[in-house]
Amino acid sequence: MNKTVFINTVNFLVLVLFQVVLFNHINFLGYINPYIYILFIVFFPYNKDNRIFFILCCFILGFCIDIFSDSGGVHAAACLVIGYLRPMMMRFVFGLSYDYYNIKIEKTHFGQRINYLLILILTHHLILFSLEIFSFAHIVLILKKTVFSAIFTLLLCLIFISLFSRRSS
Amino acid sequence: MQQIVNFLIRHKTFITFFVLFCFSLFLVIQSHSYHNTKFVNSANWVSGGIYNTSNNIGDYLYLKQYNQQLIQENSYLRKLLLNSGIPIKDSLKDSDSLDRKFKVRPASIIKNSYNKLNNYLLVDKGSSDSIAQDMGVITSKGIVGIIENTSSGYANIQSVLNTYSEINAAIKNTNNFGSLKWNGDDFNVVQLVDVLRSAPIKKGDTIITGGMSSIFPKGILIGTIKDFSLDVSENYYLIDVDLFNDMTTLDQVYILENLNRKEILELENSLDE
Repeated sequence: MNKTVFINTVNFLVLVLFQVVLFNHINFLGYINPYIYILFIVFFPYNKDNRIFFILCCFILGFCIDIFSDSGGVHAAACLVIGYLRPMMMRFVFGLSYDYYNIKIEKTHFGQRINYLLILILTHHLILFSLEIFSFAHIVLILKKTVFSAIFTLLLCLIFISLFSRRSS
Repeated sequence: MQQIVNFLIRHKTFITFFVLFCFSLFLVIQSHSYHNTKFVNSANWVSGGIYNTSNNIGDYLYLKQYNQQLIQENSYLRKLLLNSGIPIKDSLKDSDSLDRKFKVRPASIIKNSYNKLNNYLLVDKGSSDSIAQDMGVITSKGIVGIIENTSSGYANIQSVLNTYSEINAAIKNTNNFGSLKWNGDDFNVVQLVDVLRSAPIKKGDTIITGGMSSIFPKGILIGTIKDFSLDVSENYYLIDVDLFNDMTTLDQVYILENLNRKEILELENSLDE
């Protein structure tokens, strides 16, 4: 139990630091940035009894990113939504009979993993950019940013997950 | 009563989610409302410290470029000094120059941002260095933005690349002025609106600050006219301005403090009443 807490704390700090120092400043083609800090939400162990704690963690994660990037509360809102909807997404992707308690993202099938990440990332980015831009007049810009950033985030997430699992095995 | 408590217990996850979501929505809306000091900003010692450290490391890679920039600026200033011919004590010159009305303080940008609709930068000087809200920020090449929030050691700048930014600007050598805005499309191009149709403009004309605000002095460079068209009412020009500054590689900036600002504001307020 203590090991899980430790790993997740380190995960949190490292991901926030990497996000604000490095990944927020990539600006590929002028506007595409990966948001890899949501890996924390992907890696967080599923537990039915402390969902409130998980949601609070998601909020604090988003809030930290918001403080660094001067964006009001957009990351906090986006993280909250995917944190809240995560069990539903898991049920949708992995099926009802899955043993969620022992689910390890690096041990899932590749197709399921991509589906799960894609749903998570697209939801997160759509909320993030809608709130950040906050105007219907720029709906094309919102969609454009969502799709391209999602591709970038997905690629980096897959790379990070495979790096991580190789070290642990 | 029992039922209400049961209801709350049964939906405690959703209620937590909902309360936190409302709170973050409140923060979003607050950050989108015009000219409000924000609650959540990067001008605090934790985020400022981290950005400062990472900037210290990054700065070594650009030393050559900064030196080049300084040499250029020095040579320009030296040229002005040698060619001015007018004694510095001249009364006409004095009323227009920077040294009496404006204080200039150097600072260094430790967080840049240009890919959002509302961009905020962070500098390593704050209220303990006498930086306050509504001071102008420029570089040797041109305008950067206006100070928005300060903490003791750091300050946030509202960049010109911000859809809420509105800066008085004029066309050089004419007295036609308008306000400088940004539509969020291209980080090299800002828009000058409300310039009267009668203004004689052509592509390549220089745009400078207009001096009608108490933030910037008159004559700070902004950019050149890239393109122009008439707006919907056909009475005003809508001008695309190519910025002189490369907003993606900002580092050393100057913060301008108008020493007469308080007096000007008091006078304006007394007229309003």
